[in-house]
Amino acid sequence: MEWLNAVVQGTLLGGLYALFAAGLSLIFGVMRLVNIAHGDLIVLGAYLGLTVTIILGLHPLLALVIVVPAMALIGYVLQRGILNHTLGKDILPPLLVTFGLSVIIQNALLETYSADPQKMNAGALETASLSAGGLSVGILPLLTFGIAIAVIASLQWVFYRTALGRAFRATSDNQEIAQLMGLNRRHIFGLAMALALGVTAIAGIMLGIRTSFDPSIGGGRLIFGFEAVIIGGLGNLWGTLVGGVILGVAQTIGAKIDPGWQLLAGHITFLVILAFKPNGLFPRINE
Amino acid sequence: MAAFLQLDQVSKSFGAVTVADALSFDLQAGQALGVIGPNGAGKTSMFNLITGTLAPSSGKITFDGVDITRQSSAKRCRSGMARSFQVPQPFSGMTVFENAMIAATQAGGMHGAEAENYCVEILEQTELLDRANTPAGGLTLLGRKRLELTRALCAKPKLLMLDEIAGGLTEAECTSLVDTIKAIHGRGVTIIWIEHVVHALLAVVDKLMVIDFGSKIAEGEPRAIMESPEVQQIYLGIEADG
Repeated sequence: MEWLNAVVQGTLLGGLYALFAAGLSLIFGVMRLVNIAHGDLIVLGAYLGLTVTIILGLHPLLALVIVVPAMALIGYVLQRGILNHTLGKDILPPLLVTFGLSVIIQNALLETYSADPQKMNAGALETASLSAGGLSVGILPLLTFGIAIAVIASLQWVFYRTALGRAFRATSDNQEIAQLMGLNRRHIFGLAMALALGVTAIAGIMLGIRTSFDPSIGGGRLIFGFEAVIIGGLGNLWGTLVGGVILGVAQTIGAKIDPGWQLLAGHITFLVILAFKPNGLFPRINE
Repeated sequence: MAAFLQLDQVSKSFGAVTVADALSFDLQAGQALGVIGPNGAGKTSMFNLITGTLAPSSGKITFDGVDITRQSSAKRCRSGMARSFQVPQPFSGMTVFENAMIAATQAGGMHGAEAENYCVEILEQTELLDRANTPAGGLTLLGRKRLELTRALCAKPKLLMLDEIAGGLTEAECTSLVDTIKAIHGRGVTIIWIEHVVHALLAVVDKLMVIDFGSKIAEGEPRAIMESPEVQQIYLGIEADG
């Protein structure tokens, strides 16, 4: 029963990792940009959430109403102002620039909020749980998992059922021709980054309710996100959710064996999958 | 009456290679201009200059009364120009219908059901309706050529630029294509058509221009141009090479 419990907790943890990964996956899918600052943007989302809850006294989940649009706006400006200028045939400039951005965000957070760990207070939600058949499942992890599914289903819907999604896919398919069809790729990329950071804001707030955070933890979240994306297969959003779940389960089972093994077990699982399925478990077929 | 499209002394060279050499011509709204010339004469480059994928080294391009020399290709497209590519370039991961929808919604400025109905209508004209839900990457060469035309038409262009759309088609296919293009021209769309299949071209255009080494050799009434000694010489040259 304890093992089953570990699997259930790991699965739910995977929802959080899928939220970390969704924005990363989306950005890579649309503009082939590997965003090294993604983890720090998650943490930025958490701090913005914290600020809103303190100033306005809102529940963290209600803070989403403000933080999601704010992060989306930051995303659009960031893309149009900086990242668009780094995109081209060479993949190195975006890596370097987003790495620099990561350092800048971390230090700006350190300067503003200090290095003390912070946490958002979500009241009763944090400890509420459901019991069924000897298993005890926290409402918060369950909610996070539900949100992850809803986010991925919505992104999937946007990509395959709306004009905006068609524009994303066309631009990703052939940028030159998309320009000639009247799509302004700078604007399209701006919108993609806005959408990605909107999702990142959700990830940041769910993270900030679940655990304490400080400005230095972005790198770790980036790696969990990367691992989830790669395990699931590049460009496949549902695959990303599965990747997050596999990573989460590997970590909780690792922790069950020995508490010191939690992170290591996740990374090992990732490496093993990478060794046998370099394209991930569910790569997009037409890639 | 001011010209609908005007190129004024447009030049472009890549190192020693000149693709446009002080190229000037103008086109009235509703005209259909045929462009011929040997391979490598700069015909496709002229399209690239007009649509904005190539920036001219010097000269000026005016479209619909606006100086577009420095405009982005996306903006030019939305102001009413559309082109097909000699080497088809579909969004291969998307379906035929989605390819058409991109043109209709982005370039053509249509929305929702209006765009969908328009695309269906055009796909019917270009005989691709039965392939609407197949991925564009899976089309045959002929299918891809048709998709090029479909996308250009779905953009509801005021200026339609066709680049060797008839090449590689059978006689019957070519005839049906000529009818389609005639019908489009009949609706008042201005057309520039680059084509090696001269008889197809002559069936549609009201003006013919000959380009070689990036400059204009001759321009005027199609049949008179075809019979002029200079053109005969260039074209006999092509025949001999081909």
